[in-house]
Amino acid sequence: MRGGEPSGEAQPAGAGDGSGAGGKSSGADGHGRARGPGPGIGGFIHTVRTRVRGPERGPALVVLGLIMICVLFQVLNDRFLSPRNLSNLSVDIVSTGLVAVGIVFVLLIGEIDLSVGSVSGLAGAAFAVLNVNLGVPEWLAMIVAVLSGMAAGAVHGFFFAWVGVPSFVVTLAGLLAWNGMALYLLGASGTINLDENGLVASLTSSYFGQPAVAYGLAALGTAGYALACLRTRTRLTAAGMRYRSPGEIGVRSGLLALVAFSAAYTLNQFQGLPLALLIFLVVIVVSDYVLRRTRYGRRVYALGGGAVAARRAGVRVVRVRLVMFMTSGTLAAIGGLFVASGLTSASPTTARAAGSGMLLINAIAAAVIGGTSLFGGRGSTWSALLGALVIQSIASGMALLGVEDALQFIITGAVLLAAVTADTLARRTERMPAQA
Amino acid sequence: MREVVPLATFPPVLALRGISKRFGGVQALVDVELQLRAGEVVALAGDNGAGKSTLIKVISGVAPADRGIIEWEGGLVQIKQPHDAHALGIATVYQDLAMCDNLDIVGNLFLGREIDRVGVLDEVEMERQARELMHTLSMRIPDVRMPVAALSAGQRQAVSIAHSLMGSPKVLLLDEPTAALGVEQTSHLFDLIEQIRDRGMAILLISHNMGDIKAVADRVAVLRLGRNNGLFDVNTTPQEQVISSITGAADNAKTHRPTGDDEVWP
Repeated sequence: MRGGEPSGEAQPAGAGDGSGAGGKSSGADGHGRARGPGPGIGGFIHTVRTRVRGPERGPALVVLGLIMICVLFQVLNDRFLSPRNLSNLSVDIVSTGLVAVGIVFVLLIGEIDLSVGSVSGLAGAAFAVLNVNLGVPEWLAMIVAVLSGMAAGAVHGFFFAWVGVPSFVVTLAGLLAWNGMALYLLGASGTINLDENGLVASLTSSYFGQPAVAYGLAALGTAGYALACLRTRTRLTAAGMRYRSPGEIGVRSGLLALVAFSAAYTLNQFQGLPLALLIFLVVIVVSDYVLRRTRYGRRVYALGGGAVAARRAGVRVVRVRLVMFMTSGTLAAIGGLFVASGLTSASPTTARAAGSGMLLINAIAAAVIGGTSLFGGRGSTWSALLGALVIQSIASGMALLGVEDALQFIITGAVLLAAVTADTLARRTERMPAQA
Repeated sequence: MREVVPLATFPPVLALRGISKRFGGVQALVDVELQLRAGEVVALAGDNGAGKSTLIKVISGVAPADRGIIEWEGGLVQIKQPHDAHALGIATVYQDLAMCDNLDIVGNLFLGREIDRVGVLDEVEMERQARELMHTLSMRIPDVRMPVAALSAGQRQAVSIAHSLMGSPKVLLLDEPTAALGVEQTSHLFDLIEQIRDRGMAILLISHNMGDIKAVADRVAVLRLGRNNGLFDVNTTPQEQVISSITGAADNAKTHRPTGDDEVWP
């Protein structure tokens, strides 16, 4: 769950850390990698320290902030950390989180998509009208709804990438237009109630009740991570390069196991692993893999980090940009289905609310708070999970305390501003060495 | 479409004939001739606005010529876009040294030519090759996993050149490579250029620094006001003659004639 390291696990943990440069006595053989002194736990602590100080401090600070939020709300209301509330929280983050994953794609190339709230509203409305009013089978209506999001993204991508209209303006136009289209679709019928036992409704109401499922997933995730690290280590060592020590891999895997198993335990205390959370995690893992481990993903990061260099190196800039906006639209539509699922309805009121931008703001805030840079080229889809957890924890905690909306907005706004400020400052310190 | 034009036993790698280019109302290049041979460094000199950068853009496909002929290893070719130049084997290192600051050195070196195994980036192999390349080019890069934002101007230059060498090109265009470099870095760069030349590449080096030209070039082609204004052998021509040809103090006898070696031209 690292911030902005597209090179993935082959990257030494301390690299990308300007402050550690002085300590890099990169060895007579020239094969020395930027690593902390000493193996095992000592090395790991060193890594954590340099990371907390370096430009990678983002995710570390967010986790710290999240813990503080949890402790604060737990002290104020002891129901906050109850299995029931946490389980509901893990479902509530999914719609915002999925939209935020789409936002991450667009932010990575240094652009913005302001239309995601409206697109998600449109997808919900399209599904409801097709399925309930016109009797289209649910699966088909879902596919059409998701495709409508993809098409909306393609329209934005076309005007931005081919025509050259700034993405801010294109998607602002989209925000209005798609919201208008959703209202138009719903106009004739008003609120449409979805089938409570239908496919869409089950997206947020299904749980895997058997404890083995949640524990199995936790075990699978931890084992997969540990094995991937060990395999990389074997390859790198064979090639004469250094990588995390076995001790550090052990500590990392142990921490992951701790988080995964305590989450599984908590969820099992209530109704088990929510289907929505599973879908969200799969989307994150797959998109993170594509972005960080494939040629295509590397070019996405390259485009965000330097459009001129990317174009000269043969990256098909127009196509990548188009695909990023289509991805964002698609994920916004999927997020919209989860919103509709949570409400088991699509109504002009919710469509208006979608257009007014709470989902949009929350999604962008989640991506940025989670550590994805607004300036492009830095971040990962994991930031959507981290950020959505922060945003939703604040919302949930304040709802428990009965804080009114007005104050919630102010606090969420302040958290967003803090995250963007941190992003800006991180970017500034990181630019320093280049100017020297 | 490749029409083979027999010219000589050993045709130049790249030959430009009668290249003209107009930007709006400005005639940037007029009937420019230029030849690049394998294992030779040609300096392209000229005052500001002489058309040096335009000529580089023509060759690299960024701004294709309006008129004129481009020959590649003796055959007629078209360079309409950067991709065409890439495909022929023409690599360009631009003056701005644009890079992706969020990627490390390996990421930048292999950008556009990533190595992957069944669709997954092979970081280990890329890092190994990057080290090897740094070693063969005797570049002083302590760690190939350093983010490029932390590199000095000279190191950026070196990485840019290494990146351009990735596809084993035959012609390397260097746009004012010494502009941002200090004295020591410049001498490193010249070592690197000589090393690349000795591997049989043709190098075109844009510069208006006579010291640089003397130090590294074999021949110097002078442009003045968008036209050829002489082609000199660096080792035998007095520096004053080259300078006066750049400034226009002496209108060179060869001004409006082809600058290629006479025996090549029919």
